[in-house]
Amino acid sequence: MGLAKRIIPCLDVENGRVVKGVNFVDIRDAGDPVEIAIRYNEQGADEITFLDITASHEGRDTTVHTVEKIAEEVFIPLTVGGGIRTVDDIRTMLNAGADKVSINTAAIHNPDLVRESAERFGSQCIVVAIDAKRVADVDGQPRWEIFTHGGRKPTGIDAVAWAVRMAALGAGEILLTSMDRDGTKNGFELGVTRAITDAVEIPVIASGGVGNLDHLVDGILLGGADAVLAASIFHFGEYTVPEAKAYMAARGIEVRL
Amino acid sequence: MSGSVAVIDYGMGNLHSVASALAHAGADRVLVTHDADLIREADRVVFPGVGAIRDCMAEIRRLRCDQLLADALADGHKPVLAICVGMQALMSHSEENGGVPCLDTIPGEVRYFGNPLVGSQGERLKVPHMGWNEVRQERDHPLWQGIADLTRFYFVHSYYVDAIERELVAGSVQYGVTFDAALARDNLFAVQFHPEKSHTAGLRLLRNFLEWNGQC
Repeated sequence: MGLAKRIIPCLDVENGRVVKGVNFVDIRDAGDPVEIAIRYNEQGADEITFLDITASHEGRDTTVHTVEKIAEEVFIPLTVGGGIRTVDDIRTMLNAGADKVSINTAAIHNPDLVRESAERFGSQCIVVAIDAKRVADVDGQPRWEIFTHGGRKPTGIDAVAWAVRMAALGAGEILLTSMDRDGTKNGFELGVTRAITDAVEIPVIASGGVGNLDHLVDGILLGGADAVLAASIFHFGEYTVPEAKAYMAARGIEVRL
Repeated sequence: MSGSVAVIDYGMGNLHSVASALAHAGADRVLVTHDADLIREADRVVFPGVGAIRDCMAEIRRLRCDQLLADALADGHKPVLAICVGMQALMSHSEENGGVPCLDTIPGEVRYFGNPLVGSQGERLKVPHMGWNEVRQERDHPLWQGIADLTRFYFVHSYYVDAIERELVAGSVQYGVTFDAALARDNLFAVQFHPEKSHTAGLRLLRNFLEWNGQC
C-alpha cells in the first residue's frame, strides 16, 4: 500500500458562480461554489480545483472572496486556476487560502514566471496547466502541441517537451487537459497522458473528456496519471465521488476511501 | 478548553488555513503572530512552514522565532505542534538548497527523496510526494487518539525527515523509503503531513492537540 491516486472535482466559476451548474439533489443553490465545494469535501474528494473564467477585473475580487470562503470551510487542498498572470496574482490567491495556483497561458508568454513563483512560494504550490491537442504525426510518431484560447490557437510548442521544461523550471505538478477530448465524454487522450507522465518526475493530473468511471481507471492504469480531474460526471449527479473511488478500488487502484 | 493557540508566523506563506482548521477543530482563540509576548503567553504553539528551507531558516532566525520556539519547548508542558517544513526546521541539517543547517532541536537529517525514486514493485515514484498516504502509528500517543492506524493524511514535500533517535518516531510512511511522518518528544509533536488539509483525520489530530496536556 502507498500513495493514493487522487480524484479531483473541478468547478468552473464566473463572477462567483459555478457556471456549468451542479445537480446535487438536495443542494439549496446549485450555483454557489462554496456550497458545492463543501459537498465534494463531504463526499471524500481528495482535492478541489477551482477554475476562474471571469473576464472582468471587478469579478476577480469576487473570486478572491469565494476562495477565502471555501478555505474557511473546506480542509482539503484547493487549487485555483484561470487568469493567473503575475507573481502578485499568485500571492493574492495563496493569501486568500488557495494551496496551489495553476498557471496556463502566462507560462507560455513568460516561462520565467514559473521559475520565479516556484522560488518565491515553493514548487509545491505551482501547477502548470497544459492544454494539448494532437497535430500531424512526425516520422510516424504522434505529436501534441500546446494550444491557447480554449484550443483554438496553436503555439507550435511540443506538449511533452513543454512539460519537461516546466518541471525543470520548478513546477510541482502538471494539469494536462486534452483539447481534443475536453467536453466530449469520450475519455482522456491516453497517448499524451502517457507520454507526459513518462517524461516528467512530478505528478500529472489528467483532465478532459471523462464520461464514465472506466475513463478514470484508464487515465490511471493506461495513462499513468497520478490524479484524475472531472467536472460534469460529478456535477450532474451521474456518479458520486465515493462511487468513483469504489469503482477504481475494485480495479486495483489505490484510493483514499 | 484549549486556551489560546499561537501560530508562529515568520512570513513564509499563508497560515490562514492552519488557523481556520484550528478554529474549526475547537480552538478558543487562535493568534497568527511572531510577537514574542503573545507567543510566550499562549497556551499552545503551532510551528508551521512552507516553501524552501533556506528562506524559512533565514526568517526564523531573523525574527528570533528559534528562541521563542526553544522557550516554548523548554516550558515542558506547553504543547507544541510542528507541521511540514516546521518539522524539518527542527532537525540538525537539511540537504535542500545545497545544504542548510537547521535548529538541531532533534538530531537528524532532512534528505531528498532521490531521483529516480522506485517503489516496492519496481514502479517509478513521483517527486514531490504529493497526496494522501497511510501513516503507520509507531507508538501510542494522545495525538493519535480516535485515529485508526494507517489512516491517510495529505502530504506535499520533496524532502523527508530521518531522525537519529528512533524511539522518537511516532509515525512512519512508505514512499520508496520509509520516512518519519511524525516525531514525538515530551511536549512536542511534529508531523510531515498537513493536518489542516487532511479532512476528518486532520481535524481530529488538531482537536487532540487542543486537548493535549503536553505529556506522553
